[in-house]
Amino acid sequence: MTLPVKKTYKLFVGGKFPRSESARSYQPSETKHIHVTRGSRKDLRDAVLAARIGQKAWSSSSAYLRGQILYRLAEMLETRSAALCEELAQSGVTKANAKREVLASIALAIWYAGLPDKLQSLLGSQNAVQGPFFSFSTIEPSGVVGVIAPETPSLLGMLALCLPVLVSGNAVVALCSESAPCASLALGEVFATSDFPGGTINLLAGLRSELAIHFASHRDIDGLLVAGKPDALITQAAADNVKRVRYCDLPAAAFRDVSRLRSLHWVEPFVEVKTLWHPVAQ
Amino acid sequence: MPHPVAPVEFRVPPVDAVALETRVGELATRSIKKSAKVQGLKLAIAMMDLTTLEGMDSPGKVRQLCQKARQPMPGRKDLPCVGAVCVYPDLVPIAVAALRGSTVLVAAVATGFPAGRTDRVTKLRETELAVANGAHEIDMVIDRGAFLAGRYADVFEEICAVKAVCGPARLKVILETGELKTYDNIRRACRIALLAGADFLKTSTGKVQPASTLPVVLLMLEAVRDHFLATGVQVGVKAAGGIRTSKDALRYLVLVNETCGDLWLSPHWFRFGASSLLNDVLMQLEKERTGRYQRPSDFSVD
Repeated sequence: MTLPVKKTYKLFVGGKFPRSESARSYQPSETKHIHVTRGSRKDLRDAVLAARIGQKAWSSSSAYLRGQILYRLAEMLETRSAALCEELAQSGVTKANAKREVLASIALAIWYAGLPDKLQSLLGSQNAVQGPFFSFSTIEPSGVVGVIAPETPSLLGMLALCLPVLVSGNAVVALCSESAPCASLALGEVFATSDFPGGTINLLAGLRSELAIHFASHRDIDGLLVAGKPDALITQAAADNVKRVRYCDLPAAAFRDVSRLRSLHWVEPFVEVKTLWHPVAQ
Repeated sequence: MPHPVAPVEFRVPPVDAVALETRVGELATRSIKKSAKVQGLKLAIAMMDLTTLEGMDSPGKVRQLCQKARQPMPGRKDLPCVGAVCVYPDLVPIAVAALRGSTVLVAAVATGFPAGRTDRVTKLRETELAVANGAHEIDMVIDRGAFLAGRYADVFEEICAVKAVCGPARLKVILETGELKTYDNIRRACRIALLAGADFLKTSTGKVQPASTLPVVLLMLEAVRDHFLATGVQVGVKAAGGIRTSKDALRYLVLVNETCGDLWLSPHWFRFGASSLLNDVLMQLEKERTGRYQRPSDFSVD
């Protein structure tokens, strides 16, 4: 006879799996006895500190290496697909849908793995200018970007918002689905084994109503990608440091068609364009 | 230069390391929030020796640092200026000129900082020149080689000799606790420095790891407290090196308050030797004022 080991779901910050500094937890479901760490704004602060460090390492690694690491992410998702399906089932997703969601997540990770070394060609340009100059526009990551994931689908939604931000060299601090955090927190184990520099991606769980405003007001977060309809409170708080905010209000059904998620649409807002002028050699 | 002969035995009771570290651990958990935090952080600014001790220091860098020392944050008139600016001796005239008209003092490291491996004549001359150039405080290093070899009288005499040429300048004695290895050694070094007439005990140069730690500073605070109770002479303590965050600074202030009390909670008797600490304190104060977490790149690099 074996004794089942109950898992306590923890945050993923700076490559580690801490409990909340507030020592709080919450139960996302009324029927199942699952306790999930409930992050506080201080956990957000710690995650941003970790992300700042991770961002340096992640963006200074070559685009080719970033692609390889993202591909390894897909490999790790594949290895853990059974466990991820179970986590999804915990939050009420049917077995068939869970399997479909995990497969779609793997496919999406592979698509984004091909992107980093092509981004400069896709988003950068050589500009036609008057005079004996070359003019190049190149792209750079914005820095640390906050992601507030949709409630459903919890796993695919999280990846669909994080991957476009990650590919260009940003670090991510993400807030998991409040009602179904298990699968997206389990993603921490996938990220931890995929060779991302510590702090590149940080996962928080907790109450969206409590934390979202602090994502917006934190001055050291450079951009914000929020699932859901535009929210004036968030937009206003984010204006303090001219943070770029984008709202992603795709309905849950839209995530069924992965081809719609394969796009530069969410990559573009979180890069900065740098234009260089260089004299043409005589 | 006539030296006083070491008149005492430098024997100290052994340190109970477990009790020391337990005490520090308990005090470090104390939580300081809101208005008390703001008050503590403002005090920490007033206690700061803003330091630049690099081979690449330039007059321009020192002037910039002095500007920040006078006014840590433009637009915040409610913040105090820092306690002192700490520089190498050749940059003292620059700092003195840049700080004229303010209450910020100038501290100069001397006596072959950071290793202290020069002869006595050079050390004394270096100190004299720094004082002549206008330094208000001298940060000297002890001869760790002599100390670890057991030549305590040499260490004592050297501090006495430097004190004698300091004139009006206050003398801070750097024990470089990271090189003394044991708590017993640190306690003995404290005693030697106190008997030799130090105005301040200072933990470290900042060039050796570990630099300032809470247990070491608690040990020093106990030494100056006991010295005060025995002789009535008050001596300051300066924690220097490795203090980077506001939380660290507040922990040190708790130690001071719990060990020595209010009497030491002033820039005249307790100092922080730091460079990056100031920006973190400013960030925390801005966070308390605005309610928003700040970004480091909004604060001046120095």
